[in-house]
Amino acid sequence: MSEGGGSDFQEELVKDFLLESAEGLESFERDMLAVENGENSPDLLNQVFRVVHTIKGTAGCLGFNRIESIAHSGESVLSLVRDGELPASKEVADAMLRLSDALKAMLDLIESCGSDAEAGDFAELRELLEAVRDPDFAATPVEPDSVSAAEPEPRSEAEPAAEADGRWGLFGDEEPAAESKEETDTQAPADERWGLFDSEPEPEKPVPPSATESSAANDAPEPAGRSGPVAANSTIRVDIDLLDRLMNMVGELVLSRNQLLQVSQKRDISQSEVSLVSQRLNQVTSELQQNVMKTRMQPIGTVWGKYPRIVRDLAGELGKKVSLQTFGADTELDRTIIEAIKDPLTHIIRNAVDHGIETPDTRLAVGKSEEAQLFMRAFHEGGQVNIEIIDDGAGIDGDRIRRKAIEKGLISEKDSELLSEREMVSLIFLPGFSTAEKLSSISGRGVGMDVVKTNIEKIGGSVSIDSVRGEGTTLRIKIPLTLAIVPVLVAKSAGQRFAIPQVNLVELVRLEGEQMESLLEKVYDSPVFRLRGNLLPLVFLSKALKLSAPVAKQASSISIVVLRAERQLFGLVVEEVCDTEEIVVKPLGHLLKGLPTYAGATIMGDGSVAIILDSLGIAQLAGVLNASKPESFATEEESEEAGNYGMRNSLILFSLPGWGRLAVSLDDAERLEEFEADKIIRSGRQESVLYRGGIMKLVRLADHLRVASEESSQEQVIVYKIGERFVGLVVGEIHDIIEESVSLEPAGEQDGILGSAVIQGEVTDLVDVPRILKAARIDIPQNVA
Amino acid sequence: MDTQTQFCSFQLADLCFGFDVQRVQEVIRSPLLAPVPLAPPAISGLLNLRGQILTAIDLRRQLCLPEEEDSSEGRMLMIVCCEEGQVAFLVDSVGDVIDVDESSFESPPENLPASVRPFLRGVHKLDSSLLHVLDIEATASALNHEISL
Repeated sequence: MSEGGGSDFQEELVKDFLLESAEGLESFERDMLAVENGENSPDLLNQVFRVVHTIKGTAGCLGFNRIESIAHSGESVLSLVRDGELPASKEVADAMLRLSDALKAMLDLIESCGSDAEAGDFAELRELLEAVRDPDFAATPVEPDSVSAAEPEPRSEAEPAAEADGRWGLFGDEEPAAESKEETDTQAPADERWGLFDSEPEPEKPVPPSATESSAANDAPEPAGRSGPVAANSTIRVDIDLLDRLMNMVGELVLSRNQLLQVSQKRDISQSEVSLVSQRLNQVTSELQQNVMKTRMQPIGTVWGKYPRIVRDLAGELGKKVSLQTFGADTELDRTIIEAIKDPLTHIIRNAVDHGIETPDTRLAVGKSEEAQLFMRAFHEGGQVNIEIIDDGAGIDGDRIRRKAIEKGLISEKDSELLSEREMVSLIFLPGFSTAEKLSSISGRGVGMDVVKTNIEKIGGSVSIDSVRGEGTTLRIKIPLTLAIVPVLVAKSAGQRFAIPQVNLVELVRLEGEQMESLLEKVYDSPVFRLRGNLLPLVFLSKALKLSAPVAKQASSISIVVLRAERQLFGLVVEEVCDTEEIVVKPLGHLLKGLPTYAGATIMGDGSVAIILDSLGIAQLAGVLNASKPESFATEEESEEAGNYGMRNSLILFSLPGWGRLAVSLDDAERLEEFEADKIIRSGRQESVLYRGGIMKLVRLADHLRVASEESSQEQVIVYKIGERFVGLVVGEIHDIIEESVSLEPAGEQDGILGSAVIQGEVTDLVDVPRILKAARIDIPQNVA
Repeated sequence: MDTQTQFCSFQLADLCFGFDVQRVQEVIRSPLLAPVPLAPPAISGLLNLRGQILTAIDLRRQLCLPEEEDSSEGRMLMIVCCEEGQVAFLVDSVGDVIDVDESSFESPPENLPASVRPFLRGVHKLDSSLLHVLDIEATASALNHEISL
């Protein structure tokens, strides 16, 4: 401890050293893999040389002699390679990667106990580094073989384990006693891995202690934010320009505050002064908010950095050839999300290499190239980040998955016969499913795809899988850009406001007056509602949460918020639906963690607190979920739809004055809105309204269908989204939303009518919306049609 | 035994309690709290403290003291830092900061009801009254489920 335990200054230096070295080694590994693949530009070689050289130098300064000496051995090999005296062979790369592992292990040790004195002497690695310097080394196959064949195994097993230990838990919040135990533990495998290698013919031997520990550590709570590579996780690099901008804005904020203080001290405050200050404050804060969000955004490449190494080691171990290519590594994501997807992604990659990709022989036999391709792609789309992991391996055998699921009792034989190929493949997401025939050390570690799925769903994302047998598998992950701000629906029950995340929201149904009595039915004692022919179980929010009902209990209307939980629908009955809003999610304190019905809390515009409901928690509390309905099956509604091959359409029924029954497709419509007549602005012949912070043009359907248009005090409008803009179609009166299979009869000469169909026993004309909008000279991109 | 400690004192149903003054972040007049349905009764609601959402614990309920007749009117919140973050305690009124000496401390008597025992560390004998010293971590984490109101 003599070196590490010194002054604060010394500690600071060590911290910097750990951080820099961890970053350096990451790029070192990446570059070394490139070198191994035959890339040997002087720049690249210089770069890898520099990393090791820096580590050596700094370690020497700080008195970490073991690191210094081993880095020195590595450096001398690299200097030979750089000077062209030694070819950058596979053996050299291998030795270098092992050097990197050894350095990482020592850095971890320094972080946990402040010294590298106990790090063992890495005699094996030293010998290897010596041997590698001999240009004839590659010609003597005995040693490298035994090394490269046997070494990666304990390594790849121990690496995630060590990671899990070091980064995710044990150090973090446990007692010193646990820490010292941890030290000896990390040390033992370290010795076994590099020191006593020869006397340890069974490479699996060192695994068990670390493996069991990794599972223990996985149970521990999220990152504690310490230890070597974690050093990189707990800090973040921010562009200095961005920081300057933030500083500037904070300056502005202070000025605005001063202004506000001044104004507030005046005896008679004029309205205009207040609004001036508040405007400025508004501007500054929203800009500040945006920029602070920006500092949290990080390129996804920061996580991807470690995958080439994992793929390489894994492929080597399994005797497969895989080339990993990444696209869109600069796609930016919120830090917390990057943290959250790290482990699921690792698991998916391991799965792909282990199960998806075939051995070179098999690949050649089916006429594929020997080397398999694995792609990772990330891109932004529709306010979400898409990540795709694509392999050109064997694909997933749906039948095998199905048989396995039956065997494990996850589905019944009868149910399974109804499944489509795609649904069969999706069975791998069921909890308790693991296809590995024998538990390999690589993927069969008890974390199945269901964990991947739950983890991604936890952050509001979704996973889907596409597989073509014999051609490969594509796994798609969609995740929100940030967790911090989500759109919600604000609803009231018993006088209290609740926020319901819109992710779970399917639709809203409002019942008034007599309808309330007649349409709410009961199955024995449980309330249900007939939603387009299907019974929808209802949960009364006030009852479920045991809210004290307000005194006047004669509400004139109720609203049913149709929510989705585990792919099943249920209706949440609230007294009033207020508005949609974008809110900032704040966690509930530790005291309320045990309540599954809430997802957090938020602060509303007026400063009061509203609770965010968790639809799954509420459904479970009220017991409306049908446990026997496996979640990965499509709901009845969906499968019925699939049966009809999409013939079933959702339609909005409405009427114009003098035209009884008209319909448009619900799918294209964005929203239904109602505007007061005096909110409509006329400029020339064009009518528009202010809508979501922009101008929305209105198109009167009656004008285009040449029916006398009647202006009423309330205009009902179907809002369409075209590109980034909204367009409103003014229709007379909206009656209903229905779902029916429609067979269209060609229309007459009437322009703007797609055709007629019999809906609910009456002839209804379908409006050709793209045509109407075109006639109104509003440009439509292809997809609306 | 000349170790001096400072306690921020407060009143609850005629009893005098104290928190270590170092742990008390601030004292505010109780705003309107947002009730949390289904929460244990000792939790009186959520409040917005400058953009941070804190949980407020009704100390009377937590410590099995009788409910106040005209509750919520003019009560005070003490924002206290504990290991898990900040917690707000709803108290009747806040008194002075009191200097006490370690020597005046005494463990709670044996006949203390079991439901209160985990929360009370002991008492300091003041000249005219007893200052009840609460264990902040226990009071802020383990909710008293045995309260019968």
